[in-house]
Amino acid sequence: MNSMQVLSRNTILGAVRASQPAAQPMPTIPHFHTNKPADLAAAFCASIARMAGVVVTEDVPDLDSFLRAKFPNAKVICSAIPEFAGTIKPASFNDWSEASTIDVCILRSPMAVAETGSILLSDMELQVNTIAFLAHDLVVLLDAQQIVSNIHDAYEHPHFKQRQYSVLMTGPSGSGDIGGVVVHPAQAAKTLTVLLSPAPNAGKRTG
Amino acid sequence: MSRPVDQAKNAEKFLADTVHEQRLDKLLWAMRMRRDAAARQVPEWEDLRSLASAIKEHTLSNLSDYLIQFEARATANGVTVHWARDAHEHNQIVYDLLAEQGMNLLVKSKSMLTEECEMRPFLERRGIRVTETDLGERIQQLDDQPPGHIVGPAIHKTNKDVAVLFSEKYGSDPNNEDTAYLAGVMRENTRPDFLTARAGMTGANFVVAETGAIVVATNEGNADLSANTPRLHICSVGIEKVIPTTESLAVFIRLLARSATGDTITQYTSMFRGPRKGAAMHVILVDNGRSARLGMKRFWHSLKCIRCAACMNTCPVYRRSGGLSYGSTYMGPIGIIMMPTFEIRKYSELPFSSTLNGSCSNVCPVKIDIHEQIYGWREVMEENDQIQVVKKEAMRVADKVLSHPALYQIATATLSTALEVLPHFAIYSRLNAWGKHRDVPDAARETFHEWYSTHRLRANEEVRS
Repeated sequence: MNSMQVLSRNTILGAVRASQPAAQPMPTIPHFHTNKPADLAAAFCASIARMAGVVVTEDVPDLDSFLRAKFPNAKVICSAIPEFAGTIKPASFNDWSEASTIDVCILRSPMAVAETGSILLSDMELQVNTIAFLAHDLVVLLDAQQIVSNIHDAYEHPHFKQRQYSVLMTGPSGSGDIGGVVVHPAQAAKTLTVLLSPAPNAGKRTG
Repeated sequence: MSRPVDQAKNAEKFLADTVHEQRLDKLLWAMRMRRDAAARQVPEWEDLRSLASAIKEHTLSNLSDYLIQFEARATANGVTVHWARDAHEHNQIVYDLLAEQGMNLLVKSKSMLTEECEMRPFLERRGIRVTETDLGERIQQLDDQPPGHIVGPAIHKTNKDVAVLFSEKYGSDPNNEDTAYLAGVMRENTRPDFLTARAGMTGANFVVAETGAIVVATNEGNADLSANTPRLHICSVGIEKVIPTTESLAVFIRLLARSATGDTITQYTSMFRGPRKGAAMHVILVDNGRSARLGMKRFWHSLKCIRCAACMNTCPVYRRSGGLSYGSTYMGPIGIIMMPTFEIRKYSELPFSSTLNGSCSNVCPVKIDIHEQIYGWREVMEENDQIQVVKKEAMRVADKVLSHPALYQIATATLSTALEVLPHFAIYSRLNAWGKHRDVPDAARETFHEWYSTHRLRANEEVRS
């Protein structure tokens, strides 16, 4: 920090200290489980549907044929999960802008939120953060056991304190900026499909 | 010295075109209705509002400690933290970061703070091209206008307006007004900048002291693209955006989108704690008048604002006049109470662009007493003699009538007769700026006092007898 920066820092902190009102207490924050849905998976499906996300609840025994049927024109399939090869792995991208060549990106989320229909992704799952934003279509595997009730529960996930980047993603990109009508896509993924699929190390929760 | 912004006069242009006025009114009211529906779905809604208000008041009253904590944690995460006392210092820091690496293109997501600092023209004068990547903000940039709304910057524009603008700037079909088509034109034209820019910029909705994280909420994915694609991420944030913990963040995330658009959450609620390997992340903490506002006993509560725009969507004056009429970075009820802290004379008339109906305070997710602050600012303007003579005269008359019950009763009793006979100019006179462009409803045939004396008094007498 140069001397100008030190001066600015001290001036601001001094002014804030001189101005701030008498200290007020921090409230206790409950997790509000009074309205907890009985079926978290069903609540998650309803919430993400409102944000234009799609959930496949039936078992998908063969991911390869599922992807070929759903995205027949896809050439570049980037897989960020160890159990599926795809056509390319995130580690292949030297520059993160190269992820724009991806047609379909397949990932696994460690947690989802019933209240909002959000899935959690971080730099741990993504490896290259842009794959979830520059790819046209996203397919995300999620263990239904890892759906939490609400946002209070969600922010207890260790990712938010440990990862450099994390995102609660809720449906494909959209914008309501023209005429107040939400359309998809905006700048990022065009579609988001969630497959409810037990984690390979089922029984051991990742989060 | 700047002349005061005359919001009512500025609104005339917008009001002259009924298509835009009625459309905006309808759109924003629909947003307000969606907000109400979303709030009703959450049984603990009022508890969340109280918590959000208390967390903000706790943080602001301990702000220096939380800023220091944030700085320490962010630095430990690999972030370079900068401090800017004012807009110029902020802009200079951004420019220096770009210039030292010879960068001439910046992709940025929406940030009202950079609007407040007038950063774009500052950088453009120095040869740096800035691409706004939020759809609404980009529309306003291409049209050479500031944002008209803090959540939907181009919400006052029709599809036709955008189709014509995009055809001029991007060569798209001027007759295709389909929203999805227009969003597609934006996507096609913005993608190349995302892929080639070496620097990206975001604002921040929240800053978490405990973890050194910045939190950005968007629907388009443009903030994640701006921050993740280039190797340099610059984040500008006002010092009042700090909150203590990730646990407290949950309260605000539950309130923000519901209050803004009625959605439960935005498509992307992203948290940036530090740069990836081989990249750099810079956070600029900006004061620009905030520490001074923190010391204003009556007005520091406005620093609790989380920029949801619920107060704007519910405000009858904002809905009928559009955001550009305020001539200010922040507009609507929240703008009215924030702008005079930047420049008192220029924004001395804004507190009068309100009906004081209190609806703004009722929808505010952090319980800012907005309408009371608007009234407070009127008093400040009166004390500082910042009010136009004509407005002062109208207030003097109103004050006299309202403080004398007998005069008030005479005045209201004669109103219905008066409305029939008074010439148009007397009702819609300059003394009543808000009468312009608004039809005064037919006066009731009898006043409340007349009705009360004929019905209730008689009823009471009957009960007693």
